Amino acid sequence: MLTKRIIPCLDVKDGRTVKGVNFVNLRDAGDAVELGALYAAQGADELVYLDITATVDGRSTFIDLVRRVAQTINIPFTVGGGISSIADVSALLHAGADKVSINSAAVRNRDLINELSLEFGSQCIVVAIDTRYIETESGHEHIVHTHGGRKATEIRSIPWAKEVEERGAGEILLTSMDTDGTKAGFALELTATISGNANIPVIASGGAGNMEHFYDVFTKGKADAGLAASIFHFREIDIPDLKDYLKNKDLPIRITR
Amino acid sequence: MKTVIIKYNAGNVQSVMYALDRIGASYLYTDDEAEIRSADKVIFPGVGEASTTMSYLRNVGLDKVIPSLKQPVFGTCIGMQLMCRFSEENNTECMGIFDVDVKRFPASAGLKVPHMGWNNISDYQSPLTDGVPDNAYLYFVHSYAAPVCEYTVASCDYALPFSAMLHKDNFYAAQFHCEISGNAGQQILENFLKI
Repeated sequence: MLTKRIIPCLDVKDGRTVKGVNFVNLRDAGDAVELGALYAAQGADELVYLDITATVDGRSTFIDLVRRVAQTINIPFTVGGGISSIADVSALLHAGADKVSINSAAVRNRDLINELSLEFGSQCIVVAIDTRYIETESGHEHIVHTHGGRKATEIRSIPWAKEVEERGAGEILLTSMDTDGTKAGFALELTATISGNANIPVIASGGAGNMEHFYDVFTKGKADAGLAASIFHFREIDIPDLKDYLKNKDLPIRITR
Repeated sequence: MKTVIIKYNAGNVQSVMYALDRIGASYLYTDDEAEIRSADKVIFPGVGEASTTMSYLRNVGLDKVIPSLKQPVFGTCIGMQLMCRFSEENNTECMGIFDVDVKRFPASAGLKVPHMGWNNISDYQSPLTDGVPDNAYLYFVHSYAAPVCEYTVASCDYALPFSAMLHKDNFYAAQFHCEISGNAGQQILENFLKI
């Protein structure tokens, strides 16, 4: 049976992980390759590396990192952050990434989704949707945000999810800016609406604080995968414990031990 | 031992090379017929679309070379599908090593297509699965699949049972991606190199 996926997300700046990584048993907690390898060994189903570097120099450092990750780990990984062209995607896939994630560039130029999926295949094109529930002229709406969630667009998130699928996205990475960082649980209703409408997998992100939140997002939220960062980095939840917990609740989960 | 990875217009071959590096196997990445014929092992990997990859193989003559090989050949993902008779993906005549037609997953049953993620294989009986634990999970990404047939040596289930692995004479094939399928995938790759 196809399993629900658990995906740690690593923010990377200048080739190193940032954002509160606190692993005492790692030689170098900032080493994004070593941390990814540890997660893979613990049973993570995929990894996401987000490049939050702004500079051109940082870009080539990130590609070098992608190459080292691909050489080291034997599970799939997605890379994202600042990808805006076919050339960017080609370089990252060539370095060994399995999928790329685009957000702002897809909003700026919707045809980019079509072009990338034709060029590289839908299976490796993930569209990240950062969404926030805000007041608009027509009342409260779920609205797509770009630039790390800081900038509101005029695009409504629910139809946008359908549009990116029709344009050839192979997967949606849905982050609720409303729940992100709250540890109060994923945005279940919105995730269920978008995943229920979609014929492609949806990765839910934002708000995971405990193991039950993952159970909820896979059941009530109808998500195909659950993504989190700091709760894994700070070891508030250990991946083997989480997967045992979900498996014991009869969800299809890959147990690796 | 000489291992060749067949070079053609399919993607994701880099991951296969890294996987071979991890298990310490050397390889040559080439489309040269003489090099391919003189190899001890041939790997035919890739991610791509059936009609464009097949027409590329025809143009360079590899569509005749691959079925005539005598050494162990291992096709994965689109490589496996191109080794079948026909694919519903843009109605493509393939190489016909395995006399079975590749079909699109039905859109019914509320299941998402592509079939993407980790799924367990079962009923395996191939030298390639030696040492692989029961009901091992492998990583799949595909919208088309070969049904269970006389060449099936491992099956998987998504909406319907389908062939996770095929075997006929010196030809081996896997629908999943060994190169990113954790330890189970690595074991299968190592087993192929040991045949």
